[in-house]
This record gives sequence, C-alpha cells and structure tokens, in this order.
Amino acid sequence: MKRTNKPTILITGSAGALAQQVINRMSDSCNIVAVDFREQVYLGDDIPSYRIDFNKRVFEDLFRKYNFDGVIHLGRLIASQETRMRRYNANVLGTQKLFELSHKYGVKQVTVMSTFHVYGAIAYNPALIDEDAPLKAAELTMDLVDSVELENLANIYLWKYPDIHITVLRPCNIVGPGVRNTISLLLSSKYAPVLAGFSPMMQFIHIDDMADAIVVAHKKNIPGIYNVAPDDWVSYQEALQLSGCTRVQIPSIPPSLPRFISRIMGLKSFPVYLLNYFKYPVVIDGKLFRNTFSFKAKKPLKEVFRYYADGKRD
Amino acid sequence: MLVVNFLAIDPGKSISGKPITRYTLGRFRLSPLHLFYLRKIEDVYAMGIRSFLKNALVSKELDSQLNKINKPVGSLGYDPWGYNVDANKVAMAIFDYIYHKYFRVEARGIDNVPAEGPVLIVANHSGQLPIDGTLIGYALTSREKNPRVPRAMIERFFPTVPILGNMLNQVGAVLGDPVNCAKILSNNEAVVVFPEGIRGSGKLYKDRYQLKRFGNGFMHLAMKYNAPIIPVGVVGCEETIPAIANIKPLAKMLGVPYVPIALPVVFPAKVILNFGEPIYFDDNVIDEDHITERVEVVKSAISKLIDKGLSERKRLF
Repeated sequence: MKRTNKPTILITGSAGALAQQVINRMSDSCNIVAVDFREQVYLGDDIPSYRIDFNKRVFEDLFRKYNFDGVIHLGRLIASQETRMRRYNANVLGTQKLFELSHKYGVKQVTVMSTFHVYGAIAYNPALIDEDAPLKAAELTMDLVDSVELENLANIYLWKYPDIHITVLRPCNIVGPGVRNTISLLLSSKYAPVLAGFSPMMQFIHIDDMADAIVVAHKKNIPGIYNVAPDDWVSYQEALQLSGCTRVQIPSIPPSLPRFISRIMGLKSFPVYLLNYFKYPVVIDGKLFRNTFSFKAKKPLKEVFRYYADGKRD
Repeated sequence: MLVVNFLAIDPGKSISGKPITRYTLGRFRLSPLHLFYLRKIEDVYAMGIRSFLKNALVSKELDSQLNKINKPVGSLGYDPWGYNVDANKVAMAIFDYIYHKYFRVEARGIDNVPAEGPVLIVANHSGQLPIDGTLIGYALTSREKNPRVPRAMIERFFPTVPILGNMLNQVGAVLGDPVNCAKILSNNEAVVVFPEGIRGSGKLYKDRYQLKRFGNGFMHLAMKYNAPIIPVGVVGCEETIPAIANIKPLAKMLGVPYVPIALPVVFPAKVILNFGEPIYFDDNVIDEDHITERVEVVKSAISKLIDKGLSERKRLF
C-alpha cells in the first residue's frame, strides 16, 4: 500500500458483503486496511487484507504498522454463527481489545456496527423506539447477550476515553445482494415459516443504503448512538409475500410449541432465540440519524423485495 | 393457480355428443358449482384475504371518502404502529352496518374535532368491550368534511393475542403506552383516550354513567404537545353488555382485567356521541395538584355531555 496523505482506516469484517461495499466507497479517499477473523479476502493490490483473531497479539502489530486514523468495526459474529462462547470471545472481548488498542495508538474515531435486536422483542414495545430506550434483548435470551454487551462496552469507552470519537449504529434488518443474515435467508427461501396469527411490523434497509450510512457517519464524525432505519414499514408476512415466499404457518400458542418445533426441525433461518422478533414488533426511530447526517435511504421497499422475488424466478 | 394445479382435465363427450372438459380432484369429479367455489378460493389465495375483502366489501363511494384522509403512511400503506390503509377500508365497510343499523349512532358536534394537528379525544369508557372507541373512530373517519383516523389506545394484553392483536393494529389501534401516545401526537395525529381505563370499561350496570377516577397522563401529554382536548360524552354503550358482577379471582387466574357476569350478547342499544368544544391548556403548570384540577375540568365537561346525551335519548333500544 502506497502511503499518501489520505487517512488510514481499519475496516473489520472484510469478508462480509457490507464491509466490501464500504471499502468500495472509501478506497478512493482513504487508505484501507481490511481484517476479518473468518477468512482472508482479496480486495485489490492497494488494500492489505488480513485474517486475524482480534484477541491474538499479532492484531496489535497492525496498529503499530499502519498508524490508523479511524476504525470501522463491522466484524461481528451474528447469533446464528458459532457457539455462544466463541461469539462472546469474538464480539465482546475482541471489541474490547479493539477499543484498548485504538486508545493506545491514538485512533481518533471508531464507528461500531450494532443491531436493532438489542432492544428486544417484547409485547409491550412502543413503536418508533428511541436510542435512549433500555436494551432488553438480554432478558429474552442468552444468545443475544453478546450484542448487548458489545453496546455496553462501546458506552463505557465513550465516557472513559472521550478523545476517541465513538459512533454506534443500530440498523434495522439489512437486506439485499450478498447479505447472509437470518432475515435475508428467509426472504430468499421459497418456503418461509411464520407464527400463526402474528405478523409484526418490520423495517428493512438495503445493503447499498446501509453502506452509504456507515460512510457518511464516519466522514461526518459526530459521536453518539444512532438507530439507522428508513421512514417506511411493512408487516413480516407481507414482506414474505412481496418477496415471493410461500408462508408456512407454525402454531404460535402455547409459546413453548413454536420453540419446540424450531428446535426439533433445526430451522436455522427461524432460530429459537429470534422467535419473538417474528411475533412482536421492534420498530426503531431513525429520525436522529437521518437529521444529524442528512441521510435518506434511496432504495424503496418494493425494490428490495423485488430482488428476492426475481431471485426465485431465475 | 394453487387449486388448478391439483385438477386433472379429462376430455370427453356429453350425451348430445358435444366435446366437453371434465375436471377431477383426486377421484372426485367436479361440478361447475364446485369449480366456481374452487376458483373463488383460488382468487382469495392469489389476491390475499385483505385485497379480496376490499374488492368485495368496499364501495367506490366509501373508497373515495377514505382516500380524502390525509394520514402519513409508508410506500406500502403501513405506518409504524401497524395501521394499514386497505385494512382500515375493509373495517370501515364492515362497521358501516354496525354503526348505522345496529347501534343507530348519532354523533353530534363532530366538527369540533380540528381538521389537522395533534388532538386528544377524551371520553367516558363503558360496556366491557371497546365498542365506544370503535364508534368514536368510525364517526371521525367517516366525517364528511376533513375526515381523520383517530388512534385508540388498547390494553397491554391485546398484542399477545394471535390474529386479534394484528387486526386491531391494522385498523388504527395502538398499544396504550405513553411513548406511543407522545409519538402519535408529535406526528400531528388524533388520539382517543379513556382516562378511566379498565375502571370504566369493567364497571357494573348498577354504576352506569358514573365517572370513575381519571388518570393524569393524558393532561401531561396534551400540555407537552400543545394538543387541544375534545371531551366526548358516550351514552348507550353502558347498555350494550350490562354486567351484574365481576369474577375477580377468575380474572386474576386468566391474566385479564375483568371477567363480567353478563349475557353473552351485545344488545343493540341506541348510542349517542356528544363531542364538546375544544379545551386548551397551556404548558405552565408543573404542580401535580394543579394537573389534577385541570383533569377535573375535563371530567366535568364530559359529565355535562353525558347528561346532555341522557336527556336527548328517548329510548334505550
């Protein structure tokens, strides 16, 4: 990598489609260093790419070598990946290491990707949840504890090291080409399970828009916690219909029955710990982010779902 | 598509010798009437139940009346609380009969509700089921000039009930939560509030038209969002499901607010809705005692409107 006057940015999670979109958008204006703990990916001759576990000492060598100006932390194991212990090590302890090294080597800015799951899906959720609402996901299941802990860490470092500008983004469901999260798997599948009698309101953001949101948040550098969601909503079952999925009704009462069915059938795209998210709405208010960063999602919902519907016809 | 895929086509000849096509489903031969109903099921499947009901029930006049409503929704017709434009049209078509023929509702002073901006419609609660809220909602949504969709706050156990929870949300009901109410008012919408809560809806027939204690929450919200309060006196809903007792232990066991002893029928009582003049409150009071005094002003206005309705009512049914 040729050293220029451009800022040097570390982007984690480079094996993911979202990180690669962010790299594409920032590679002209920044020197990018890409890292992933799952696999090493080739991103071009100008972009050094590494496969490193954040908890290993060799990770610190990167900070010594490149003198980063900023970090965009997208590398997070989602709840359907690996064991709970591995996720905790990667997401919580790995992120703690990242913050410590950022402080030690004078990184000015860290942008962290979280998820709307941290609010928890409970029957008494109001709609348009603000950023200061309590994070109830850990009450629901141990499988989401690492997501909440990651946020707690970011909050601790926000006040512990005010010299590092930390921005936490809590996006709604990210969908689109290359996305491999639970909701994207459901929308891609021909048959998708639903809980009979429940169709919670959901929000979706296209991967292109999310990449734009991350880039604008990093460039404008206004620290804080922000929900990221477009000003549009749809019910889960209608989203499936628009994506050309055939809905498979799973009995919803008593609550133990769908849990039993999910566990017995090993439904990866409808895991036990996310069942409540297909029952009760978690609608976040993205107004603060939209106003602070003058952000507007470009891809309408119909186009998002058309991508999945077209994929089934091919 | 779904049904036709299962049909086997059997070309043959009729008695007169003309070629005909016979349809079979498994080993059953289908008559034209069977085919008609199967194709209807197929239509419902293809269009979705909501679209099918909308086409079947919503007249052009009602559709154009409801299209006049200036309510912000997303690109697919939903708002963040689950309200859906088409579902509301279907509900209005169904309630048209219940409102006009069953309860023969008379709504007076409906134009006191402002055409736009945040507003709290505060009424007395009665009748075990939320019929009063539904009728107020219908009255305002079907208003000739400047119709609006008021949002009714519902009990917290509704979202846990399959089908019903989603259905209520789709026609405009919202989980009764102060955050929801605040967000709706800041969205310049109208909210129907029953400050008596379950104390009002669960009261017995012997206590009819006696206002129970009002909560203060609605006054705080009205002051914060500079929303006028429209008092409404509802007369008639007390007689729809008259209850003589409440089985409290059973209610506690079932986790519901009350289990009334009443006939399992909703009586067609005549309902009168009297909408009062808007009451405005400034945001200068900080003392809770003063808030309670202001709440009493609203309560007294509602009480007068109830008395007016009772004097206007000529018969119960």
